[in-house]
Amino acid sequence: MDTFIILLVNGLADASLIFLMAAGLSIILGMMGVLNFAHGTMFLWGGYTSVWIMARTGNFWLGALGAVAVGALMGLVFERLFIRPAYGKVTAQILITLGLMIVFTDLARLLWGATPLPALRPAVFDGMVALGGVRIAEYRIFLIVIGVLVAIGIHALINRTRIGMVMRAGVQSPEMVRALGIDISKYFTLVFAGGAALAALGGALYVPLVGSVWSGMGMENQILAFIVVVVGGMGSFIGTAAGSLLIGLMGTLVAWFFPPAAVVANVLLMAVVLVWKPAGLFGLEGK
Amino acid sequence: MQPVLKLENLSSFIGPFHIVQGVSLDVFPGEAVVILGRNGSGKTTTLRTIMGLLRVASGVIELAGETILGLPAHQVARRGVGYVPEDCIVFNFLTVKENLQIAMRKADKETYARQSYALDLFPDLKKAYSRYAATLSGGQRQMLAIARVLQNDNKIILIDEPSKGLAPIIVERVGEALIAMKNSCTLILVEQNFPLACAVGDRYYILNSGRSVHSGSVAELAQDVQLQNRFLSIGS
Repeated sequence: MDTFIILLVNGLADASLIFLMAAGLSIILGMMGVLNFAHGTMFLWGGYTSVWIMARTGNFWLGALGAVAVGALMGLVFERLFIRPAYGKVTAQILITLGLMIVFTDLARLLWGATPLPALRPAVFDGMVALGGVRIAEYRIFLIVIGVLVAIGIHALINRTRIGMVMRAGVQSPEMVRALGIDISKYFTLVFAGGAALAALGGALYVPLVGSVWSGMGMENQILAFIVVVVGGMGSFIGTAAGSLLIGLMGTLVAWFFPPAAVVANVLLMAVVLVWKPAGLFGLEGK
Repeated sequence: MQPVLKLENLSSFIGPFHIVQGVSLDVFPGEAVVILGRNGSGKTTTLRTIMGLLRVASGVIELAGETILGLPAHQVARRGVGYVPEDCIVFNFLTVKENLQIAMRKADKETYARQSYALDLFPDLKKAYSRYAATLSGGQRQMLAIARVLQNDNKIILIDEPSKGLAPIIVERVGEALIAMKNSCTLILVEQNFPLACAVGDRYYILNSGRSVHSGSVAELAQDVQLQNRFLSIGS
């Protein structure tokens, strides 16, 4: 039972972080049709930005806020300068976003060095808490709470606001949204910057969990986010949440019981879902 | 009288393919103009070009005397062009209410009054007001696509094959709604269903291989079997 509680909490904390990264990726792919291989860059820069700010101010929250601001700004600039000319051109999108990933990963290496930098947890969540007889890191509980809060926030945004209404419509037919008199490109910029900010927040929250930030973490975690999008179905909020939970919990369980299969299990799950439901668990058929 | 919409030698492409190769037409206030022609003659592409959804190679598109050539679709719509696309695209993950809301260009008293009129025209939509559009039947989806444009103050409404894929009884109801719309709207209707086109239209243009090749009054065309045979292959 103790092991189960530990694995459950670890899996849910991982799922929260994966969700932060995958949510933006999914909506960008579903609504804008953009295959964004630069999404992990925001995660990476979020991590570095938070560590850099925290090293100077000692304030974790300021670091996380700075990471969100840098992520949003990068998303805004990327969309306006690089993504916008490539709408509808998948090959160009892959080349451009992969290029951005490489350039901005190297830039991070140039600025902060190739050696991993230590990342500290906020003092307020640095302890342990007793849960059902086992001791759990408070920081993991904090991550789960953040994941739930962000999910509730995104759900409210999608279902209760005009932006969300346009996003839901845009996932199905951006062209029809335009034909109704809506300048969807403004929403594209907003969604791209918002998705980037979420990924950067994910990076900022991830580095204290693993204890360091290093230049390869963007690409490593991006792969997981892509698997979640494929499993959940692109553009689907419920799919992203369900996919994140599946991948987070399964990854933790497999890593505990049979570590050599930890990576293979994710890919295997993706393959099974693709065969069973090519559009993903909650995806739109034909997208 | 100034036409609401004027096309002159319009030409447009889908990718590398030159689909519309010279369409000219005028639509005057209060008219219902039908565009007829065989499959692949460029009817849908003409509407999409007017809407700014396709790249225009050359020609003239004027809305109430002002050029709208080259404007993006959202600006064309904001200038008063309503569009009901082929296959009645409504948003599956939005409720009927939200589908109407998202299409409202203004949230004033007049718009709500027009929305109310549209819902009176299609009582089915009133009953399904809170349901997701994904759960609607083909006929209800078409009604929603039409109601969506009816609530705005449009100079002209472009309707692309509203009868496509619908049961005869539903086509009849859509036809009745289109006839009712004629009282307050200027329409361009692309339609393969000849009886429906005749019931709604005042004048017609026939397209052939991307060109407008014939025009006249619908009442005359309905009598002219030879012309129907020549361009539409529907005469007996």
